[in-house]
Amino acid sequence: MNYDYSAYYVLLSLVLFTIGTVGFIVRKNAIVAFMCLELMLNAANIAFVALSRRVGNLDGEIAVFFVMAVAAAEAAVGLAIVIALFRNLETTESSDAMELRL
Amino acid sequence: MENSLTLACIPLFPLVGALLTYGVGKSSKDLAGWVATGASLLSFIFTLLTFQQLRALVGAHSYEVAAAGAHGAHHGGEAQVYRALEAPLFEWFRIGDFGVDFLFRFDSLTAVMCLVVTGIGTLIHLYSIGYMAEDESRPRFFSYLNLFLFSMLLLVLGGNLLVLFVGWEGVGLCSYLLIGFWHKNIAFAGAGRKAFVVNRIGDAAFLIALFLLIQHFGTLDFVALKAAFENTLASEALLTAIALCFFIGATGKSAQIPLFVWLPDAMAGPTPVSALIHAATMVTAGVYLTARMHFLFDLTPYALLIVVCIAVLTAIVAASIALVQNDIKKVLAYSTVSQLGFMFVAAGCGAYWVAVFHLVTHAFFKACLFLGSGSVIHACHHEQDMREMGGLLKVMPWTGLTYGISTLAIAGIFPLSGYFSKHHIVEALSHSGETNPYLGTYEAAFTAVITAAAIMTAFYVTRSFAMTFLGSYRGHAHPHESPVTMVIPLVVLALLALGGGVLNGMVPFQLWLGHTIPVGHVHSSESIGAALLHSWPGFVGVAFGLLFYTVLPQVPKALATTLPWMLGALRGKLYIDELYGAVIVRPLEGMARMLWKGVDQRVVDGCVNGTAAIVDVSGEVVRNTATGQLRHYALLMFAGTVFLIAFYFAM
Amino acid sequence: MDEQLLFGTFPLLTTLIFLPLLGAVTLLFLPGERSSEQGEGEGALGLPVVVALFFSALTFLVSLVLVSRFDPENTSYQFQEQISWIPSLGVSYILGVDGISILLVLLTTFLMPIIFLASKSVREGRRGYLFHMLALETAMLGTLLSLDLFLFYVFWELMLAPMYFIIGIWGGKRRIYATLKFVLYTVVGSLLMLVALFSLVWSYAEQSGEVTFALNEIVGNVQLSVEEQLWLFAAFALAFGIKVPIFPFHTWLPDAHVEAPTGGSVVLAGVLLKMGLYGFIRIAYPLFPEGASFFGPYLAGLAVIGIVYGALVAWAQHDIKKLVAYSSVSHLGYCVLGFVAMNTLAATGSIYQMLNHGISTGALFLLVGVLYDRKHTREISAYGGLAGKVPLFAFLFLVFTLSSIALPLTNGFVGEFLILAGSYQQFPTLTLVAVSGVILGAVYMLTLYMKTMFGEFHEERNGDLTDVNSRELMTLAPLFVLVFVMGVYPAPFLGMIEPTVAQYVKDHHERTMTSQNRSNPRALPSGGIDFARSPETPEVESETAKASSGVPSVLVSTAQETLVQQVSS
Repeated sequence: MNYDYSAYYVLLSLVLFTIGTVGFIVRKNAIVAFMCLELMLNAANIAFVALSRRVGNLDGEIAVFFVMAVAAAEAAVGLAIVIALFRNLETTESSDAMELRL
Repeated sequence: MENSLTLACIPLFPLVGALLTYGVGKSSKDLAGWVATGASLLSFIFTLLTFQQLRALVGAHSYEVAAAGAHGAHHGGEAQVYRALEAPLFEWFRIGDFGVDFLFRFDSLTAVMCLVVTGIGTLIHLYSIGYMAEDESRPRFFSYLNLFLFSMLLLVLGGNLLVLFVGWEGVGLCSYLLIGFWHKNIAFAGAGRKAFVVNRIGDAAFLIALFLLIQHFGTLDFVALKAAFENTLASEALLTAIALCFFIGATGKSAQIPLFVWLPDAMAGPTPVSALIHAATMVTAGVYLTARMHFLFDLTPYALLIVVCIAVLTAIVAASIALVQNDIKKVLAYSTVSQLGFMFVAAGCGAYWVAVFHLVTHAFFKACLFLGSGSVIHACHHEQDMREMGGLLKVMPWTGLTYGISTLAIAGIFPLSGYFSKHHIVEALSHSGETNPYLGTYEAAFTAVITAAAIMTAFYVTRSFAMTFLGSYRGHAHPHESPVTMVIPLVVLALLALGGGVLNGMVPFQLWLGHTIPVGHVHSSESIGAALLHSWPGFVGVAFGLLFYTVLPQVPKALATTLPWMLGALRGKLYIDELYGAVIVRPLEGMARMLWKGVDQRVVDGCVNGTAAIVDVSGEVVRNTATGQLRHYALLMFAGTVFLIAFYFAM
Repeated sequence: MDEQLLFGTFPLLTTLIFLPLLGAVTLLFLPGERSSEQGEGEGALGLPVVVALFFSALTFLVSLVLVSRFDPENTSYQFQEQISWIPSLGVSYILGVDGISILLVLLTTFLMPIIFLASKSVREGRRGYLFHMLALETAMLGTLLSLDLFLFYVFWELMLAPMYFIIGIWGGKRRIYATLKFVLYTVVGSLLMLVALFSLVWSYAEQSGEVTFALNEIVGNVQLSVEEQLWLFAAFALAFGIKVPIFPFHTWLPDAHVEAPTGGSVVLAGVLLKMGLYGFIRIAYPLFPEGASFFGPYLAGLAVIGIVYGALVAWAQHDIKKLVAYSSVSHLGYCVLGFVAMNTLAATGSIYQMLNHGISTGALFLLVGVLYDRKHTREISAYGGLAGKVPLFAFLFLVFTLSSIALPLTNGFVGEFLILAGSYQQFPTLTLVAVSGVILGAVYMLTLYMKTMFGEFHEERNGDLTDVNSRELMTLAPLFVLVFVMGVYPAPFLGMIEPTVAQYVKDHHERTMTSQNRSNPRALPSGGIDFARSPETPEVESETAKASSGVPSVLVSTAQETLVQQVSS
């Protein structure tokens, strides 16, 4: 009964992270990219929790709270940027926002 | 040595005159000429005063002893004690043990030079008042002329080589300014530049000689150098090198092969300038230098051989070019080059006093010839081509007469001055082998060539005289006799040319110079018959000259048609200017352009700008990685992370 | 007594350095210049110029006081001031002046008022221009007077900034290119110098246990291996060589000169270029005698190349300013050659020639400025026949041209003669080549003179040309007078330079010898081949003394020859 299933969770986290990474690299839409980013963060969260349970202390869970707090802040700032981007360029494609490159 | 105040004043007058003339010229242009002439005359008077002092110093006693010895086989040089007047002005500079004083020294050689310079200088100043009467910028002219006199006096009065060099360069500058006096004509200005630059080549060699002297003898003072040379242990190679460097300097200033090319071009200057600078005084500076440095040249027989070779070659080459020139001033210019060659022949044979003697007589008759030509040019409204002249003797009797006398003098016909100096030159050459074994080998050949040059000399001056003054007038102007200010100098100079030979007869010129330079045997005077016999080259030349250009004009024409290549070569001045242009000037110019465009802009700046360009390009390349695409950055980040992890595990 | 009280502790050198800076700061507080710039007549200078002129003249007066109280016979540093600055790094504020720097200081302070008088041609933002000029004067004086390596470096770099702006803002068409080139060139050298500086100081700290930048303490005490010396010397030589500029590093100079405003060109030619050679004299040679004796001949070679090359390239120029700039390359070659020859004759001449070059080339740039102000072109072909139209200009131009080609009785001759006479003893072959520069100098300068002043006058093009006006004459007159004073009676100037230089040369030869003894005792001659280097033989000492004074005599050398024969037999 004491069988450890944490490996499956880590595997899940890995899959989610990969989806997030590939999505972030492949997709141009800023909102999608943003979602992918969240996916990666949450993948990390899953790994944290799973491994925390396996190790048997609460360090991982505590880290998850931080990650969630950062993700929330990031979502607030990130979405604001996307809105500002849309207002200025009437697009949410990140590839169109390259003003800073001469 | 004795200090002399009058000595210090001699060069002062022309210097003040140069400044004053320019100032005076602002208000009255005519006054300027008189101020300048006055300055020159004062200088002449002070030279005479100083000359008297020197005579007193040298002493009647030693003078008479020497004169008595003149009739025996007395060595003029040995009995003499070197005496001179001095005027130390200030210490120019002193670095450690090596110092140079601004010092004037007046000995018997300087006295002769000074008298010639200020005397003839004054006459030519006077002449210029008439000659330049219509020129707008004549104050400038007289100012330069005074400045020249000042420089020339520094040259001959300088008690050491560096003060001499000051004058040496100074006369070069004045020559530059005066040749290019009519500077609106760029060709004239170019001739001035050419003169300066060619002289500078000689000056560079002069400087090297000075460096060698400083290095090995530590002084530039003539007296100290003479003492140092008397028992020097320096190698002959070194001495020869120094002597040759000085001689190269002299070839520049005194227009010898290979640096004579500037003198004919220098005729672009006003004619009084040609008379004063390019005939009587400045161009003889090289001869003066050789005589002054006799103690050096005496130790270097090999250098003397080279001197004589160059001089003989110059004498004959220049004389042959002069044969066919049609520009009256060009004839005289080449004649000057040739006569300077004669002087160097004498100097090269160790007969320095003969060189100086010829310098003096040449100054008389050549200045007279030049001034005469100036008078003619003035009369013919600046026409210089002798083919446009002729028959001027009738309209310009004074000019014609003085020109004729000088012609006979330069031809070397007894009893005119030229005979004495020229005869001594030939004699010195034919005895040169006695003291200099190198010369002994070629003695006969040299004598033959120099005699030929003497015949040619007589021929071409007679030709110029005949073409100008005899026959009938071929030009279109209305020639007239020149004003009295121009005629007086002509007459004085003609008298000097006529009687200059007396210098060696009644006044023992040779003995006088013997106070300063070795004069060897004092020759006893010869009979009139022998003298007339010895002036045969002059007679031959004059006879043929008269024959060809008055009675038988078809002969030179026939010669010209039979030998056209020779005529062309001589007319073209043996194409030496063209040769220098092709071999030296243009390659250097090309090199200058190549160095600028090729090396400076392409290689050096290429490296500099290339470095900048490399930075630029590499920035451009690296910049491509910054696409501005979020996805690309993310990919890079991912790849980097993967790489780091892989690296971590691989380790 | 009173004088002692007045000047004994008075920081004369600090005053000298910072007076111009005070002037620069004062300029900032002046009322706006719009009112003063508009509607001013030709005669009025405007308040900012007057202020700048006042401060620079004051500085000149202070430097005159300095010169009058300077003791030429005392060869050590005088008027020394020393304050600890950054004690933890061993950096101090040390100033001092000796016979080598004093006349350069005087030249600097002398040229500045002239530059301000000539600043009329700067039309826009003149106050900024004056500000930078005054700041530049402070930096130059600081460089000349500092005896602490760190302080020297600070001032050295400080010279760069004002010059950068002077060319970059008030320059000609290609000013940005020119000023960037100038700064980048110089900075490359300076950075190497900085590295070498720290390396030197750390080595000395390891050796003595004390971190110090004080030049006096390091010179003569620091012990470096030959290899270290070579590297460090090379680094310093590059920095200084670029500034001089020595041959392959010279291409910034023509561009900078051409683009700089008149005043900038004058100060560049007059003072800044001398800083490179001054660096060699003050720092590179005393610190690294081994490096100096190794690189000396190469430097001399480059200097001679520079002489001939600069002259030839100058000949090919179409732009008056560029021609004068290349002539500077040639002239500075003489200075370097003279110094590198390392005997009193040549080195004194070299320092004297630095002054001469400042005067004659400075004046030439002023004259070009006069033309440029009127016709706005520097093309030689745009002029011609000016001698008839502007006689005074032509006369002044002639005098400075002659001074530039070293005609006797002008200042240039004395310097050039001493340099060549001295260097001939050290580098005969190189000097023979260098003498050709005497000829080429005449060629390019007289060609320039002929093409601009002589020949046909273009009435329609230059008919409105006016002669030198009284303000311009005021800028040129002092230089004109100096040309002749320094040419005819150089004794007072040489008298200030010579004792210090003689001592310097002697010290240098001693350092070279001791350094050789230490680093390689076996290198001493033992077979009687090279006596001149051995300090043991008494004959040789006199010979070295002779060599250092520049005048060996035949007698000594023959005595040596017999000695050689005896030893070898």
